[in-house]
Amino acid sequence: MSTMPPSLEPDPGLDRESSREPVLKLDGTATVGDLVLRVALEVLPGELVAVVGPNGAGKTTLLRLLAGLVRLNDGRLDLGRRTVDDGSDRGFVPAHSRRIGWVPQDRLLFDHLTVAANVGFSPHSTPDRVDSLLTVLHLQDLADRRPNECSGGQAQRVAVARALATDPDLLLLDEPSTALDAGSRRRIHALLGNRDQRPATLLVTHDPAEAADLADRVLELTAGQIAGTPPL
Amino acid sequence: MTRPPNAPRSVLVVAALAMAFLALPVLALLQRAPWSGLVDLLRRREVVQALGVSLLVSLTAAGIVLVLGTPMAWVLARVAVPFRRLVRTLVVLPMVLPPVVGGTALLFALGRRGLVGQWLERWFDVTLPFTTAGAVVAATFVALPFYVITVEGALRTSGEDLEQVAATLGADPLTVLRRITVPRLIPAMGAGLALAWARALGEFGATITFAGNLPGRTRTLPLATFQALESDPEAAVALSLVLLAVSLAVLLPTRHRWLPTR
Repeated sequence: MSTMPPSLEPDPGLDRESSREPVLKLDGTATVGDLVLRVALEVLPGELVAVVGPNGAGKTTLLRLLAGLVRLNDGRLDLGRRTVDDGSDRGFVPAHSRRIGWVPQDRLLFDHLTVAANVGFSPHSTPDRVDSLLTVLHLQDLADRRPNECSGGQAQRVAVARALATDPDLLLLDEPSTALDAGSRRRIHALLGNRDQRPATLLVTHDPAEAADLADRVLELTAGQIAGTPPL
Repeated sequence: MTRPPNAPRSVLVVAALAMAFLALPVLALLQRAPWSGLVDLLRRREVVQALGVSLLVSLTAAGIVLVLGTPMAWVLARVAVPFRRLVRTLVVLPMVLPPVVGGTALLFALGRRGLVGQWLERWFDVTLPFTTAGAVVAATFVALPFYVITVEGALRTSGEDLEQVAATLGADPLTVLRRITVPRLIPAMGAGLALAWARALGEFGATITFAGNLPGRTRTLPLATFQALESDPEAAVALSLVLLAVSLAVLLPTRHRWLPTR
């Protein structure tokens, strides 16, 4: 193991697959409205951690914190090999400079762009990667359609494909299977089930079966804190 | 349209009277129009001149509104400016301010002895009152709020969350603006611009107060209409018809935004 301090320079992709260093290291506090989120968490490459807990516990806020949409008050957040938030203005790396794939709860597709343009929106995406994601998630026939012409399940698959097209260090899924048809759910689960191919993933879910199906670990978040690790 | 089962007859009668009150002046204008000699009237020198001044002034004002109003709307919608309510009140003030008062205020601000005007003249040799540029300033002053509140409203309701998603996908702020914010804002910008342009085209009070009524320079269609009413009512009707046609042309494409569909 290297004894070097963590580099502050971006170093995306270097030994990402083989390294057993955590992709995500978080130990800090963030406040949003009345919620105080106080979390220590590490996630290894390829690991899928499910986050469960009651409404208002801070699950979505945790994902927004990792995405760079909420800041730490104090503490530290490392993504890949660099610190992206240390509670200071200087140490804060904004969302667009992190390597994140975020699938928000209400999908938030770009209505003015086609499905293919949505999936290929990220400057990190490549045409090959977009094509292969469209194929794997059975979206090729929808490529030229607008998101508002898609069913709920199709739109959810577009959102997942768009997030994965960024080739993210960390994938953030906010209840991706809520109200999905069985086929869409199966395709998304098949894609996420392969530990060797998926990025490190945080999955917020209300569905115990989904957590048991996919997750390496389950964390229970209550009132902004990790309350425990319920058995799978 | 079917009659709602619970609409009281008295309310329907009053509503019909109100509609008649709004429609009557337009009907009267159409009834008095000198249809047979209309083309000749519209070819007259003073009419063509006023139309030219009006187009120049209103289109220039619309361009300035676009350039100044878009960042202003964005700041009002998205930036935590101090005293935001006060700032917004100031921004919409020209909408409710009597235009003559606006013109007077412009005179004291940008007139030759005005707060800023005296320096404009001394340093840059720029004089605004009673010039075409002054008419543009007056039109911009009254038209700007119409654009700003339309675009600001659209920015408020249309997705900051979409911009956040775009940022997480690696788009820097300028790319987000170019590929998400602006394309989604174009319909509102078009509607706001049409309204602002129509307001600039119809501007009377601030223009006559600040820029005067000089043929070929500051006499716009509304001023020419007012002038003609005293000497040549038929020409006044013809000029009014031009303004009416323009107003309808602006309103009809934007009806979905400003008029309910049912």
